[in-house]
Amino acid sequence: MTTLAPDVTRHAPPLLNKKKSRSPFSAGNIARHVLLIFFVLIVLMPLYVLIVTSFKSGREIGVNGQWTLPETWTLASWQKAWTALGPSFLRTFQLAIPVALISSFVGAANGFVLSRWRFPGADVVFTLILFGMFIPYQAVMIPLREVVQFIGLPSGIPTLTFVHVIYGIPICTLIFRNYYATTVPVELIEAGRVDGAGLLRTFRSLILPISVPGFVVTIIWQFTSSWNDYLFAIFLSNTRNGPITIALNALAGAQSPDYAASMAGALITSLPTLLVYVLLGRWFIGGLMAGAVKS
Amino acid sequence: MLVYGLIGWTINLSMQDRHNARDSKGFVGLDNYTKLFTDDINDRFLHSLKNLLIFTAVFMIGTLVLGMIWALLLERGARAEGIFRTVYLFPMAVSFVASGVVWRWLMNPGQDDNSGGINAIFHGFGLDFLQNPWWTDPDWGMAAMAVPAIWQLAGYVMALFLAGFRGIPDELREAAAMDGATTYQLYRRVLFPQLTPTVLSAMIITGHMSMKMFDLIMSVSGAQWITEVPAVYVWQTLLTSDYAKAAAISVFLLIVVAIVVVPYLVNVNRAEKRSS
Amino acid sequence: MRFTRSTAVAALAVAALFSASACSADETAAASKDVEVFTWWADGGEKAGLDGLVAQFGTSCADYKFVNGAVAGGAGTNAKAVLASRLQTNDPPSTFQAHAGAELSDYINAGQVEDISAEYATWGLTSAFPKGLIDNITVDGKIYSVPANIHRANVLWSNKTVTAKAGITKDADTLDGFIADLDKLKAGGVAAPLALGKDWTQVMLLEAVLISDLGADKFTGLWNGSTDWKGADVTASIEKFKKLLTYTNKDRDTLDWTDAEKSIMEGKAAYQLMGDWEAADLDAKGFKDYGYSVFPGNGSTFQWLADAFVLPKGAKNVDGTKCWLKTVGSAEGQKAFNSKKGSIPARTDVSSDGFPAYQQAAMADWKSAKQVPSCAHGAACSQGFQGAIVSAAGKFSSDGNVAALQAALAAVAAQFAGKK
Repeated sequence: MTTLAPDVTRHAPPLLNKKKSRSPFSAGNIARHVLLIFFVLIVLMPLYVLIVTSFKSGREIGVNGQWTLPETWTLASWQKAWTALGPSFLRTFQLAIPVALISSFVGAANGFVLSRWRFPGADVVFTLILFGMFIPYQAVMIPLREVVQFIGLPSGIPTLTFVHVIYGIPICTLIFRNYYATTVPVELIEAGRVDGAGLLRTFRSLILPISVPGFVVTIIWQFTSSWNDYLFAIFLSNTRNGPITIALNALAGAQSPDYAASMAGALITSLPTLLVYVLLGRWFIGGLMAGAVKS
Repeated sequence: MLVYGLIGWTINLSMQDRHNARDSKGFVGLDNYTKLFTDDINDRFLHSLKNLLIFTAVFMIGTLVLGMIWALLLERGARAEGIFRTVYLFPMAVSFVASGVVWRWLMNPGQDDNSGGINAIFHGFGLDFLQNPWWTDPDWGMAAMAVPAIWQLAGYVMALFLAGFRGIPDELREAAAMDGATTYQLYRRVLFPQLTPTVLSAMIITGHMSMKMFDLIMSVSGAQWITEVPAVYVWQTLLTSDYAKAAAISVFLLIVVAIVVVPYLVNVNRAEKRSS
Repeated sequence: MRFTRSTAVAALAVAALFSASACSADETAAASKDVEVFTWWADGGEKAGLDGLVAQFGTSCADYKFVNGAVAGGAGTNAKAVLASRLQTNDPPSTFQAHAGAELSDYINAGQVEDISAEYATWGLTSAFPKGLIDNITVDGKIYSVPANIHRANVLWSNKTVTAKAGITKDADTLDGFIADLDKLKAGGVAAPLALGKDWTQVMLLEAVLISDLGADKFTGLWNGSTDWKGADVTASIEKFKKLLTYTNKDRDTLDWTDAEKSIMEGKAAYQLMGDWEAADLDAKGFKDYGYSVFPGNGSTFQWLADAFVLPKGAKNVDGTKCWLKTVGSAEGQKAFNSKKGSIPARTDVSSDGFPAYQQAAMADWKSAKQVPSCAHGAACSQGFQGAIVSAAGKFSSDGNVAALQAALAAVAAQFAGKK
């Protein structure tokens, strides 16, 4: 066991059947790749529609010509969508980044404690936290609004940040706990003990530096979930101060919606999270392996 | 812990007689719950439960089957695996609101010459019998509503399964190969049994997601009778300031989730105890 | 517990740091100048009307700045959701649009709007509005809103070319005559001659049929509890409504009213029942070839609804809001607004000169016709009432079960009708 979790970075498949080198062109293999490509086409179909529609201009947009490429490529819809979504786009960053960081940090601390420190009732606390992952938003929505008012948080981004941090703690805790339980060698803690470091110092100087993979997972997770949330947003904010999903819904849900602009808006809305996934997706799967699945 | 306090608050509210924006008229016990089941106009609540059931079933089976197929295809290594994986996983990054925009268009119920979206493809390929009214169908509309959700989450389930497959020690496979097992037997006898916990996790995750499904439905069809699920119903009752009813539905949802999840959690805890 | 406590402290410190930065980033705009007007008039004729009103506001309230808080979406469904959330989070706009009548009572009951009776006297509105309207917006002797306009809901719009091609020369004045016309259109190859949209537009059609069958007084009674929903006459109406649905487009549940209007413009359909905002919308879209008539069988009944503006509790710029309300109530404001929106002034002292043809006719009708309120637009029923009716209509649209719809409507009425 090195301190670098091997699971996390390993994404290439273990090359099995090394001895039986099968020809890459065996019938089974070809069939597999054909299937894979077929599914890729299916999955990309909506994306195709989004992209071609977003570049069309008024006359070409209609239910009947959905599948055709634009005759004239235009950026007009993109401009329109950006005008509608721009402010909330930036606001959503103000929401998603702090949410990702704060809940990851708190989750790391909690996870560490739960994985290392067997205080009485730890199991109960852990179970409660776990269940917290599954609580439907609706179950807390109504009083939440009153609590937020009571604390005096301004409507919009600050409120939503608060809510998402609270809601994100369970899953972050879980991911970190499993991560620490499986990858942090006890010797390391012991070494810290010998140097006379308390729990807190151990955590700060020894554990945090090796928690990067866990952080990647929780940050991705929290970033996307707060970026994409709609229910809390519609409940606790509005088009003036809310995140981008609200603005998009206002754009797309309008009377006689401008389909091209809605589609461009949908693409704009999805861009940051897509980038995060495409760039860090490998880490994400690795992290899942290290954490969530090992139950 | 704050969350649990709030839940208590909601439960309390759900037992109050507070059906408009004024203060509560007192405590009514479980009346609000019994009314949901027996005295809701048009059995609206039961209807929304039925919708949820169809949605959940289609959604869970769909994501599990697709995720499994993809994982099996990729599990033994394929060319450009990374690309495939990224493609399958990317819909998960898209918000339901955004995917609702495009799926609303793809699932346009118009048929034949008026058809659009997927129906237009069927029509173009001469597969007219495949054209369907999608979510506007009174009986199976909710199954169509699950299509975008499957599109979004099958990749995630695939990732879980892949992780599960990769977590199986190679020795197991090699031992099976030594015994001369066919590929089918290898999967059937050796690998699938190892995946049971993964399947469970995937079911729990997709199951509880579908209970919460709100934004997708709002953005595909808006709030209407035909696609109403409890989450949307809560929203509708809140809009008309019927707080107690909204709270009752919410608590009911919570209970359903708890019934599904708690045994799983207990199970996890037991497993932990055994392993430590 | 030493450890968890320090974590909590650390988390709090982070949160505090963050909220401090959030506060500094918060836009503390020049609140004293801004008047944020919340409406659901985001495009077409509705926006044109709002722009007219804003221009008037710019001249009569030069000290203030208009901020558009419009949220788009049919009949304000989306907007009301957003508004409810804003009111409950104590973030009210300077003023918001609400339907005069029962819908307003929701806000009054919730204590979300202020009494402006005093201003009525000061601005001379008490005598400018017709007495019937004043009575309708007065709750317990207090007035909470300034109506900006009157709309007529029971108007049948048509594509003249399509109807002429089918040999229809004059507007039907009975339901049976109308159904005969629809048959003609169908025989002539128009598959779905009656264009229809989703939920609330279906409720409008049902209401129009009820007016035809029950007559104005009994129809009004449906909403205040004096007419029995279980009666045989209501059954007959629902049967007729069901018959009419067979002439409509199958994808009705996916369309907003403007999408249905589009099929009129494209000649795919011949008729659509819709409020008279359709006139302004068609004009704004440059479609000239439309005809209009009162819904067949409604006789001279004028089904009305009114958009009104209010002073929300906790509004940040009360003087600015009052200036807006005063503009809305003024003769100039009403003219600027209504000539573009397709509605007619709520004031009776505005001359009809300079209004488009349709509105001149409507203004004449408003003075003489029998008035009944609309439920789909909140004049006749509160939001809870309306929500339940819309839900029942939605179910009917998918299953066509007459008995179930009637039972549901009766149950809804038992719960809401006539209750303040």
